[in-house]
Amino acid sequence: MNPFDELSIEESVRIREKKAAPGGVEDICVISAGPAKAADVLRTAMAMGADRAIHVDVKEGEDLEPLTVAKLLKQAVEKEKSNLVILGKQSIDDDAGQTGQMLAGLLGWSQATQASKVEFGEADSVSVTKEVDGGVETVKGKLPMIITTDLRLNEPRYASLPNIMKAKKKPLEKKTLQDFGVENQRRLKVLKVTEPAPRQGGGKVEDVDGLVAKLKELGAI
Amino acid sequence: MLCTARRVIPQQLRRHIAHEAATSACSGGFSPAALRRLASTLAILEQKDGKLNHGSLSAITAAKQIGGPVHGFVAGSSIKPVADEAATADGLDKIISVENAAYDKGLPENFAPLLVENIKKGGYTHVITGHTAFGKNVLPRVAALLDAQQISDITAIESESTFVRPIYAGNAIATVESTDSTKFITIRGTAFAPAELGKGSAAVEEGVDPKADSPTEWLSEDLAKSDRPDLSTAGRVVSGGRGLKSKDDFDKVMEPLADALGAAIGASRAAVDSGYADNSLQVGQTGKVVAPQLYMAVGISGAIQHLAGMKDSKVIAAINKDGDAPIFQVADVGLVGDLFEKVPELTEKLKK
Repeated sequence: MNPFDELSIEESVRIREKKAAPGGVEDICVISAGPAKAADVLRTAMAMGADRAIHVDVKEGEDLEPLTVAKLLKQAVEKEKSNLVILGKQSIDDDAGQTGQMLAGLLGWSQATQASKVEFGEADSVSVTKEVDGGVETVKGKLPMIITTDLRLNEPRYASLPNIMKAKKKPLEKKTLQDFGVENQRRLKVLKVTEPAPRQGGGKVEDVDGLVAKLKELGAI
Repeated sequence: MLCTARRVIPQQLRRHIAHEAATSACSGGFSPAALRRLASTLAILEQKDGKLNHGSLSAITAAKQIGGPVHGFVAGSSIKPVADEAATADGLDKIISVENAAYDKGLPENFAPLLVENIKKGGYTHVITGHTAFGKNVLPRVAALLDAQQISDITAIESESTFVRPIYAGNAIATVESTDSTKFITIRGTAFAPAELGKGSAAVEEGVDPKADSPTEWLSEDLAKSDRPDLSTAGRVVSGGRGLKSKDDFDKVMEPLADALGAAIGASRAAVDSGYADNSLQVGQTGKVVAPQLYMAVGISGAIQHLAGMKDSKVIAAINKDGDAPIFQVADVGLVGDLFEKVPELTEKLKK
């Protein structure tokens, strides 16, 4: 599971456990689009505390771009009548960091990205502390809302063995993109993927004088 | 009801690389859509408290590489001096400015509709901003509203439709071609120098203001105050890791070294998570990406997530007691030793 997504599930479960949201949490649904092994990830999420899962089957190698994922999630959110969507701030493979913001735009909802703290107030208000360049800022929105998680939000729990067993009995719905009326339309063509030019280590020096001399030689000081 | 959405992407880096030979044959460069109209680019600039963020001038440099006219965009209260200053940027043809205090905090809920209207009016082929907290927050929302797939954190422009960006924490470099009629791009600041001020005289024009309401309200901020250079743009960075042992030791060892070098202070995730340093100082895949003249890693082992944030530095120096630490594989100069002895000694010798 993408590490930022673990944070999303943990936060959802904590909101329920701490009764942080007025009115409580009725349902935690997890959704993933990907090949068969995405179902394993969904089982892990249910072992962490999610109630049910939706697996949108996408063939191996047919990755979805963030815009397509956002369109899919928009349909899912409307169908499931969710009023809070928590996503990771970025996936650690394509590092795009877009899906949550795109979903918020498509739904016309409030968004709070890179959250390090989420607090609920009266009348469905939500205050979110966000990590920004140089520090943090706090914004206040209202449900329905999109939140993306940052590293400092929480520490995800490990799924215990009994919970892993229980998760096997929780409902996992299998769907396709067509069920949501979404096409996998790719806008970006990957022309090539290369390995970055390797950096050659320059070796070690014996002492601090050697370090200073080498830095001078390299023009760094 | 509460719903958590997640996304799984198969780890297919290796396969991509294997496919490279097969797919590179079709790297045509310009898509037919891009040929239909001449390029024109909107560079979104940031301001804070009525001051132009000079780092955001990198967007103009990137925009110039596209070819075609470049317009800058600024919005906020007392925007005139900001617009006037930005108008002197080298290579800028026009500044679009919108005066309205509602845009001061860069809230995406009203800033995105503002950009959408101005992008439609200007008929731009490219929209560029920095991959900063602001750019990351706002631009994907704009792209989605205009049904385009954004290209994040690019490090190079090959043609008006082809861009280069690191993926997998910088362990692979992807070249992608966009088929969208308007291309939304965030740029890695360290890959494009800021456009020079004082060289141009662009016209300042008033933009359209849709005055959309924001359902989200800005409450407060808490920014780290420092007299040292800004981490993202500093010429020299000294960075501390878990080896510093405590916050007191971190400050006691790293601050004099930073002062002796005139450097900014950075930190590894381990140091930040242990509370030795502020979150905003984290260098790495999920923190800041820096590329200074000198990066000095102190007590940092060199995990790939950390290397992703600093491996484009010109010179990397490392001090670590573990001679086998991976940081030494990328360091131009390495010193094996106890940082509590070596760093103070180095600081003294640098002062001379």
